[in-house]
Amino acid sequence: MFDLLQYSFVQNALAAAVLASIACGIIGVYVVVKKIVFISGGIAHASFGGIGLGYYLGINPMFGVLPFSILSALVMGTVSKKSKIPEDSAIGILWSLGMALGIIFVSLTPGYAPDLMTYLFGNILTVPRFDIYLMLALDLIIVGVVYLFYKEFLSLCFDEEFTTVQGVPTQKLYLLLLCIIALTIVVLIKVVGIILVIALLTIPATLSRKFTHDLKRMMLISTLFGTVISVAGIGLSYALDAPSGATIILVLSLVYGVVAFGMEMLEGRGTLN
Amino acid sequence: MKVDGKVMEKVIELKDVWTRYGNQVILEAVNLELEEPSGLLGIIGPNGGGKTTLLKVFLGLLKPYRGSVKLFGKSPEKSRDLVGYVPQYKRFDFDFPISVWEVVLTGRMSHTGFLKKYSDEDKKAAEDALKTVEMFQYKDRQIGQLSGGQRQRVFIARALATNPKLLLLDEPNSGLDPHMQDELYRLLDRLKKDMAIIMVTHDLSAVSIYVDRIACLNRKLHYHNSREIPVEDLEATYQCPVELIAHGVPHRVLEKHNGGS
Repeated sequence: MFDLLQYSFVQNALAAAVLASIACGIIGVYVVVKKIVFISGGIAHASFGGIGLGYYLGINPMFGVLPFSILSALVMGTVSKKSKIPEDSAIGILWSLGMALGIIFVSLTPGYAPDLMTYLFGNILTVPRFDIYLMLALDLIIVGVVYLFYKEFLSLCFDEEFTTVQGVPTQKLYLLLLCIIALTIVVLIKVVGIILVIALLTIPATLSRKFTHDLKRMMLISTLFGTVISVAGIGLSYALDAPSGATIILVLSLVYGVVAFGMEMLEGRGTLN
Repeated sequence: MKVDGKVMEKVIELKDVWTRYGNQVILEAVNLELEEPSGLLGIIGPNGGGKTTLLKVFLGLLKPYRGSVKLFGKSPEKSRDLVGYVPQYKRFDFDFPISVWEVVLTGRMSHTGFLKKYSDEDKKAAEDALKTVEMFQYKDRQIGQLSGGQRQRVFIARALATNPKLLLLDEPNSGLDPHMQDELYRLLDRLKKDMAIIMVTHDLSAVSIYVDRIACLNRKLHYHNSREIPVEDLEATYQCPVELIAHGVPHRVLEKHNGGS
């Protein structure tokens, strides 16, 4: 098994797993406690427009998706709060609009779009070294923003109205939160792909909630869960020759199911007759 | 209610305030003036009568389309460090991973400023606020691990951490049993020596002996700068016979009414 570590694609895969787990471990906690899973899913899917744009312009799709995901976050955050239509309807419309744009761009691109499936479903075993550096840079930005705005984000997630009354520009802060969710999605794309990103944003954070009532500790625990489980998932997908992204999510769901069921059994004892 | 040697400052000054939601007028020509020291003002009125809207106007969360709002002679946005706010209790997610201490500290943000860590002064203010509501020993608890009355006191502590001169409470008695309500009122009674307090409620029986003035709100505000409500105002507010709604209200709140039941 240790022989495998000599291969650079395995080293890259492990680095990608750790970097992805840090991003989703920290930001997933906000997504879960602020209950913005749906809008996060919307940003992720709409970002497909950026991948299509990257193909169409003939640049690395990662450079298409980076600005496009930020734009999706800003548009979605603004439209869903300001427009008269219900928030979830607004998200649904923008979600599909972004994907449709991506498909149109891909179809306009002459020839064949290589690696398209990688962006949709991820493939951690083919992450190039360049993408590792990009993920590292984005992780640094994410950790830096969370460090600087920790108390503001905590108050925003707990009680947005009270935070506004305290004189904090909550609408801008919310947009900032959505933007770092967008960056997290970019970090996660190569690991599990746009379609499956939401699993990494929700499962480790939800799992960590069962072990602590402290936001910082939740971030730490969900990062650890994410790392251990995604490394296990990589091993399993290698051994079974199964798609890596989907395998990681299956393992995550399985662990979540076992832990949730086990804890319910334990809690049920003594509280119920 | 004059205090010797103190300059009278207007806590709140609302002039001809109108708000609407869509085409529906929620507040109509509301005038309200409160001077220091104003004690505890109870605003009662039916559900949907505009009580929460009025609080949002005080807080600057909602701009009236007509009329002017002044708190301590300034706009609501400029007086935020002088106002403490206790929102409606049922809005919260009590599973939220936050401790009592962290909740109360968020009441300091109008003082701390952006991108800064909480200072020693902030921590001292949070500690004092928790001690005032007798909840300091619970500071490390997650808020979900407290009783309803204890949580309510934590939210009051968060508002007090601001060091407010005006405390606004939205339905603070909802979800509390009679004993906890009584404790809440005794706490407010102690606090009103240091600040003006406005409490909004739809529950008439909640208007206890601790309230100094009462206003009735149902789109229009009926306010007479006293603790007695003319029966006509109550009838105008609730639009139903007073006998029905007066049931259970401490008698001294209601004015004697000729030929009343």
